[in-house]
Order: sequence, then structure tokens, then C-alpha cells
Amino acid sequence: MRLADKGVLQRGKPVTFSFNGRHMMGLEGDTLASALLANGVHLVARSFKYHRPRGILTAGSEEPNALVTIGSGAQRDPNIRATSQEIFDGLEAHSQNCWPSVEHDIQAVNDLAAPFFGAGFYYKTFMWPAAFWEKVYEPIIRKAAGLGALSGQADPDACEKAYAFCDLLVIGSGPAGLMAALVAGRAGADVILAEEDFRMGGRLLAEVEQIDGMPGVDWVAQVLEELRSLDNVRLMPRTAITGAYDQGTYGALERVGHHQPRRANLPRECFWRIVAKRAVLAAGAIERPIAFSNNDRPGIMTASAVRSYLNRWGVAPGQRVTLFANNDQAHHTARDLVQAGLHVAMVVDSRHDAPDSELYPVMKGAQICNTSGRKRIDSITVRSVAGEERIQTDCLAMSGGWNPTLHLTCHLNGRPQWNRDIASFVPTPGAVPGLVSAGACNGEFATAGALREGAEAAAQVLSDLGLEAVKTDLPVAGDDPYNIAALWAVPGKGRAWLDFQNDVTVKDVKQAATENFSSVEHMKRYTTQGMATDQGKNSNVAALAVLADATGRGIPETGTTTFRPPFVPVSIAAMGAGAAGQGLKPQRFLTSHLASKELGAPAIEVGLWYRTSYFPEPGETTWRQSCDREVTMVRDHVGVCDVSTLGKIDIQGPDAAKLLDFVYTNTFSTLKLGKVRYGLMLREDGFVMDDGTTARMGEHHYVMTTTTAAASQVMAHLEFVRQALRPEWDVQITSVTEQWAQFAVAGPKSRELLNGMLGEQIDDASWPFMSCGAVDVLGVKGRLFRISFSGEMAYEIAVPARYGDALFRELLQRVKTLDGGVYGMEALNVLRIEKGFLTHAELNGTVTAFDLGMQGMVSKKKDCIGKPMSTRPGLMAEDRERLVGLKPIGAVKQLTAGAHLFNPDDPVERIYDQGYVTSVGFSPTLGHSVALAFLKNGPDRIGDEVRLVDHMRGIDAICEVVSPVFFDPEGGRARG
Amino acid sequence: MADLISLSPCDGLLPVTIGSVTLSEDLPDAMTSLAPYAGQEKALSAALEAAHGMGFPAINRSTGKAGARAIWFSQGMALVQGVVVAPELTEFAALTDQGDAWAVVRLDGDGAEDVLARLVPVDLRRQSFKRGHTVRAELAHMMASITRVGPDAFQVMVFRSMARTLVHDLKTAMAAVHARG
Repeated sequence: MRLADKGVLQRGKPVTFSFNGRHMMGLEGDTLASALLANGVHLVARSFKYHRPRGILTAGSEEPNALVTIGSGAQRDPNIRATSQEIFDGLEAHSQNCWPSVEHDIQAVNDLAAPFFGAGFYYKTFMWPAAFWEKVYEPIIRKAAGLGALSGQADPDACEKAYAFCDLLVIGSGPAGLMAALVAGRAGADVILAEEDFRMGGRLLAEVEQIDGMPGVDWVAQVLEELRSLDNVRLMPRTAITGAYDQGTYGALERVGHHQPRRANLPRECFWRIVAKRAVLAAGAIERPIAFSNNDRPGIMTASAVRSYLNRWGVAPGQRVTLFANNDQAHHTARDLVQAGLHVAMVVDSRHDAPDSELYPVMKGAQICNTSGRKRIDSITVRSVAGEERIQTDCLAMSGGWNPTLHLTCHLNGRPQWNRDIASFVPTPGAVPGLVSAGACNGEFATAGALREGAEAAAQVLSDLGLEAVKTDLPVAGDDPYNIAALWAVPGKGRAWLDFQNDVTVKDVKQAATENFSSVEHMKRYTTQGMATDQGKNSNVAALAVLADATGRGIPETGTTTFRPPFVPVSIAAMGAGAAGQGLKPQRFLTSHLASKELGAPAIEVGLWYRTSYFPEPGETTWRQSCDREVTMVRDHVGVCDVSTLGKIDIQGPDAAKLLDFVYTNTFSTLKLGKVRYGLMLREDGFVMDDGTTARMGEHHYVMTTTTAAASQVMAHLEFVRQALRPEWDVQITSVTEQWAQFAVAGPKSRELLNGMLGEQIDDASWPFMSCGAVDVLGVKGRLFRISFSGEMAYEIAVPARYGDALFRELLQRVKTLDGGVYGMEALNVLRIEKGFLTHAELNGTVTAFDLGMQGMVSKKKDCIGKPMSTRPGLMAEDRERLVGLKPIGAVKQLTAGAHLFNPDDPVERIYDQGYVTSVGFSPTLGHSVALAFLKNGPDRIGDEVRLVDHMRGIDAICEVVSPVFFDPEGGRARG
Repeated sequence: MADLISLSPCDGLLPVTIGSVTLSEDLPDAMTSLAPYAGQEKALSAALEAAHGMGFPAINRSTGKAGARAIWFSQGMALVQGVVVAPELTEFAALTDQGDAWAVVRLDGDGAEDVLARLVPVDLRRQSFKRGHTVRAELAHMMASITRVGPDAFQVMVFRSMARTLVHDLKTAMAAVHARG
């Protein structure tokens, strides 16, 4: 019920929303919880395990009961706390974990079977038969228990990630946080004030309290107005700090779109990483419930939540309210209710010395031992020295005291300290470097104290940062005593809930202790107390107090479980924001990409690059047809292929040759100007890192080519050598991969094609095999390399990338007149397998130069990286798996890369493994499949038969071991 | 004989304006990396000053101005944009033509900082990243060079082949910032 003259929200703006299909009205500034209460709805959810009717317990993000699903279909968001969700026109909310409805939930039958369902029930019961656990028991249990569910459809909404930086991060905007932000802001510090609520002010929005002679809400408004006027202060409402990480980094979750109708491009949430030089934790405190029998009924709330709904939202949570408390501050609830004209039936205080009141009746030294009312509380049973008494009530406010919200101080493995005076844990100073706690989260529960601590924390931060504080007077505020006498659980029969979200009772915790799960961490896992979305915010301290009692230890000795990030639930969508679709990873496109796409050629991903797989011609229905044609075209005529993805590294300086000699196994210092040499590069451990060619373009100028796969690895390797191993050498390197568009022109007519485009004609004498130099290509300054990855007479022609598209289109036109065409990755692969040329299918990180038959390339005359390690015992053993070629025997059978090799007479078992296949292709040139493989004693077994088995694809074939060079072993075609 | 047509890295992708922020392609006349040889740092800086009116930039700084700028590019390396570097500088440094290697865009307008704050894990706010400041940092998943070239303007560079992803990621962030209103 909404009260006429209470509350600090906008009165004039009604909002329509729906709950479980029922349309309701609320006001702008309502949470779903306050709007439901205003509409008289108390039964909101069903509990996790027993499907008990549950209402709204709190008014903040710690809410364990009132979890709802917002929206429907693919756009539904499960497990949203009704206490955090703002209402807006069109909001659609549903109860979860109930069927057919929250009013009539069939699985509430679990509640009747509760005596069997205590802690450890599943572990003990569903042990046999073992196979039943996954297939039978678990699915049933999962269906019966649980929270809300995802839609199972792709998420149509977007989230975002962002970074922020500041001098001071103030976490929480209650009196301490506002004061800290004000003091630091006035001094000119860069301040971020983050508040998880959508409205700043913390408890000051919910209390009847005067600050500096004005209502607390007005003081908040005044401070916020000043903060907004400061350029150096950034206010971040709806932003919960979720975790504290190393070096002043804090995770934060901002609700961006949850509180309004969906709009194009508006993210649902933003996951922030905030880097702060200092932080003030002013996160307040969370009121704790008291455990007594049936303390979980709808209509039972924390005392502070009742005040919040009354004072902030103008909602009366009941007409006949009772209060159960163990501290003075909780009595404010009764005072505020009476002053609002509501009836307080009884204040039950467990302390014998509780204060009296003229406004409401107080029973001292009494405890509530039971309640009744299935879907909403209708009475409480109070036990005192006078016996038991039943009192009618429709709302029970309870307060077992307050727990400082110190979770963030534990995120770097700090442990809180027990403060006996307030019967609470308080933060350990310095637990998070650079973070100071102030106010209620530091155990200072009075408003005046919170204001003072906030100002002091800011002053300390300013001094750390070397900034001068502007004198700021402390506002005059209330300093009410707290006067708590700990009360965790009321003894008695029946189930007394500790953890409402996980349906954990006092009995469960005692059961855990009985079964010797006496460590608080073991108890947590045995009972599930403190798990799921509220992470024990309401129950942790009470549960461990019960455990301490059951095990005969003190609370500090028992200790807390570990508070870990995130402080509030963070959707995976927010943490992975942006990494869907095109945002998953960068796409690298060749300059020939568009022209290739126009030809209908499919692209294949090679790392981040998109390379053309093959170029289908009319009538070709499979990639093999295109590939076979392209291979034959290159062998017989001429083909053009974009090879720009290969790494190109510009190396300059007087010591460039030294660097090359050091990183390559073979000698490059003897390479003549205008020449290219093939080189092999080892890792420090002696295994092959990469191969490629390096061209000498000038006196001290080389261009190294790497494989596509190892382009960045080789670049990093060269940088490491240059900066760390040989800093004294005068050599500079930089990547020019992206600067040049480079095309292979291969085949007997390649020179004819080029001569139509080059400024000066070339021939074998001017451009012999393995030569290079600058050329004029259709008026553009380019580079020409006579190198071959196909075994044909071939060139690679490079132009600045801006001309790549134009050159590719020009080549495309011209090559057709010579019966040639463009070719893709598939044909390139077949051409190189026919020649036994290597890629990273072979250079797979486990092979040595010896394995490749390239030991002769490791120069004996000089040192190089990896050389000493490559001579380790075993790395040059004859029986290592070494490179060979394979061809099928008999009728053509499919060969597959990844297949393993066996002796034909051996069983096909792991211990008989003789090696494996790395690359396979069908050679139209030779008319059969060709494969490269690593085979034990490989080169010594040429002519032998081996059995190729691919269990994955069901392939079993006999092959002949042959030389890895299938075609033109003399290399005459490439040399011309 | 046909002439080869030149295409810019962001051809067909830009410009685009969303809200108050505009993303457009910058096409410097030339881009050359300069890496001084051993002991030549001062001589190079002097020669650069003499030839083009700007010194060799310190780490995370740029020198010169629009049209002729030298930006710190990596350890011991600067990138000169806008002018063809005088050939005599080869005496002091390794010069490498990078005029085609990078997609260069300009992000301009009120809110440009907010857009980059969604993609770059570096403090690019005006008070800490002033005009002329430059950084090599990750932008989404790409290694980028970012320079403040005006009160609300940044130059952003990534590898040419990644131009489409750069535009996609910046546009997504621009749309999200604008959607907040």
C-alpha cells in the first residue's frame, strides 16, 4: 500500500509494468520490489530447494529471495533481484522456479519431505548405482531445484566493456562516500563516485534523519549538486564495484539498459575496469536476519528494508507490523511506522535492557520462536519468561544487527577481524593496498561517525596524492547508539533459516558440525550455505556463528569463508562484451579479397587472415575440380596467387648480416646484392622455428620472408635477439608485411606474363633463379623476386599495398590470355607437396633440421641460435621420425593428414606407431595422392611399404615410402 | 599501358558520423619509419629538425603538426607522416617506407574519448593524454598507434589489413556511446 505523504520519489509519474502476466502501476523511481509491495504483492518467489513461498527480504542487491526473470523469449534475463530492478513502462517480470505458478507450485511437496532433504541428503542417497547419478538423479534434482534459466537461444542483446581511470574511486554514496567524494573533489582530485543503486545517497534516502538541520535527503541533493558541478568528479550510479584486483584495478558492473525499454545499440550492461590510485570503500553495511523457526515467510523483512520501503518509496509493507530486534537502531523502524500512522503491534527485543518507547509496546528479553501464514505471515509466537504468546501481524521486521560490507577488502586474500563491541567482522586496514574503509563498512554505524570517517579517508588520500585539502566542515548529524547484544538463532523446533537463497537452516549447519565438517569452508560446501547469487551476504556471519556454537569455538577462531569477486552477479555476456560476431577477433583481408569475392571464390581462415581457397570456374561443382585445374594450369601455363600474408621483415644496418647469420642455420653474410637465399631458423632449444627466404636489397638492407603462420613469432624472435642477446649490434628491423601486396606468378609462361607489365624486360640472364631487385610495374615502383614455392619457373612481384587490388585485377585479365588464371590455397598446397616444400604442417615445433633432411643446412663454420641444443643426444638419432613422401599402392585410396603409420605386419596399436602424416593432396600431375609424413628411419625405408591408418575417418591404406620430392627432383623447371 | 589505381585502406568504409563523433580516414602523403643507428639519435633529431622542422619524438610523444608529424612508434623508432623523408637521413637511421602498411583514421568530436574508453585500456582523458601525446596500445584486439591530434580528436592506426575490423569496432563503440544519450 502506498502512503500519501511518505517517500522521496517522483509522485507524478506513473509507470505500467506486469508481474506474472498481471498489469500493475508503480511510480517512477520504484524498484520492482517497492512497486510490488505497493500493489500488495508479497509472494514473489519460491525457494531453491523446498519451493517455500518467499517474499521480499531486503531492499538492496543482497536480496536472496525475490529473484525474478525480466523479459521473455531470447531477451529474458533470469535471476534479477526485484530489489535492484527499476520499473519502466512495459517491464515484464516473472517468478521463477515454480510450476504452474508462484501461487500454486506443485513442487512445494518437497517442503513436506523436508525431513529427508537436509544437508548431505544427495550425497548420501544417490550413491548407487553409480551410473544413475549423471543420467537419472542429477537431471531430476536439477529440474526440481534451482533458480531462473537462460532462454537457450542466442543472446540478441549487446553489452559493452570500458576502461576508466581516476585518482580516487569512492565506492558507495552514503554519508561516508559522499563526504569522501566532496572533500577529494573540492581539492581537485580526479574522483569517480560509484554507487550500485540508481539513486545516490545510500541509507540517507531511507532514514528519517537530520543533517546540518535539514532532512538527510536534502543534504544528499545539495552535495550531489556540488559534485555534479565539479569537472573532476564523475558520478557513476547503477555501478556496482564487483572486485578489487592488483595495482588499484577494480571491476565494476554498470546497468545501462536494464532500467528502460530496449533501444537500438544501447548496451544492457557495461563491464568497467577502473584503475584508481586510491579507493575509499564506503559500501555501508547489510542488516542480518535472525534465525528462528519459519523466519522465511513472505512479509518477514529486515528492519532496515521496512524503513526503506516506508521512507524512500512511501510504501507500507503491512498494516499491523511487528519488530524483532537486538539493537537500538532497529527501533527506528517502529518509530517511523508509528509516525507514518501505521500500527506497530509489538516490538520484541531479545535484550532485557532494551529502551522503552511511548510510541509502541516493547517486550524486553523476549524472542520470536515461530510464525504462521503460508503465503504471507499472519502471526508470530513470542517466547518470554511469561511463556509463549501469539500476536497477529502481517509484516515482521527483524534485525540481528549489521554486517559491514567489507567483501572487497577480502578480494586480495585479506581476512576481516572480529569486533566484539559490534558483534561483527570489520575490514583489516591495508588488506587491499591503496584502499581505505570508511563508515558503516568499517564498523562505524552512526551517521555522524560515517561522515567523519569519509572526510578523514579523503584527507588521507589527498595527502598520499600530494594534494591540498580544502577545509570542509563536518555536517552535524545523528550519533545514535547501536547497543547490540548478539543474537544469531533462537533455539527451538522447526526449521530456522540462515541462508534463504540456498534453503540452509540452523539444523543443516549443526548437522555439518556433527558430521565433522567443522571448518567453515567445509560447512559451506556441505550445506551450500553462502553460494549462488547472494554469496552469503545475508547469512555468512550468522551461519558461522551457529557453527562456532556447535563446535564449541569462538567466532574469530571459526573465521569466515573467502569472499571472492564478483560482489554482485555479473553476466558472462558483460565480461565477454563485444567478443561476438565480427568482434571476436580482427579479420585481416588481402588487397585481392574483394576481387576474389567477386569471382565467387571462397575464403579460408589462416590465423586472422582470410585467404582464397580456390577459384571456381563455371561447371565446377567441387573444390577438387577447381584445385586440379589450377594445379595443371600452373604446371602447363601460368598461375597467379596472392602471397601477401607471408611475413616480411625489413632488416637494415651495418650488422644486418651478422643478425641473419645468427638466426639462420646457414650463412647469409655471403649473399650477394640482388640475390635471395632459402634459410632455416631454429628455436633456442634446437628445434626448427621457421623457414623462408631472405633477399639482399642493398649493402646493409635485407628483406626476410617468413611463413604466414610464424610471421609474428619470427618478428618477436628477431626483436628478442636484437634487444636482449645482441644489443651491441647496429641493426634495425621492422615489419613490412602490410606495406607490400605480393603475388606469386608461377608456371612456364610466368616470365611472358611479367614482361608485358614490367618497365624493363627480364630474361634468365638478367633475372636468374634466386635473384631480386626493384622493378617498374605498370608505372609503379615494385619489387621482383625470382623464387618458387611451386617448383615452376616463378616470381613474386610486390607493389605498395594501395596498388594491390589494381595489380591483382590486371594480372587476372592478362593471365587469361596465356591460358592461365588465378589459383588459391588448395592448389598452392598441392603444388608444394608435389615438390616436398615445407609449411607449418611439417614445421610443427617437434621436428629438427635432421628430421627434415636439412642437417646439411646447419653451417659447421659458424654459430647460430639453436645449434648447440640441436646436437643433444637423441635429436639426431637415425630412428627419429623423419620426413618422407608417401604414395598409395594399388587402387587409389584416400590419404589423410593426421593418420598414423604402422608396419604392415604389426598390430595397429600405439606402441607400434611408426610415424604420422602431415600433408596430403591429390596430384593431378602424377595422377595419385601424395603425402608428406614423418616416419621412423624414414629416409632409409624408401621403397618399403607402410600401413596408413586414420581411426577418426576410418581410413586404412598401404603406401609406398618415397622421396618427399615427388616432382622434378632435379629442380630444372624452377631454374629455367 | 594501364595505370594501377590506388585504393586507400578504408576505401568504401568511411566517413561515418554517429551523434557528435565522426570517424574519417586520414591519408598522410607519406609514412616512413625512422630507426636511428647506434649513437645517431641526436644527429638524426638534428637532421630531422633541419629537413622537416621537427625533432625526433620522445617516448609517447609526437613532434611537428598536422601535415608533417613524427610520432613515437615503438622502442627506438618514430614514424614520420605527411612528408617524404629527406634521403640524407639514411645516414643516421634505417628508413622504411610504411606509407601503405597502416590504416589511419581520425576520430573527432565530443565523446571521442568515451568511444576510445570502450576499446583501449589506456587513460586517454585530456588531462593525462594531451595533444601530441601518443601511445602504442591495444584497441579491441588490435595493436594500434593512438595520438591525440586535437582537443577532441585522435589519430588511430592499425595494420592496413585490419581496416574493416577497426571501422567495425569503432562504429560499434560510437553507436553504444551515442545510444546512452
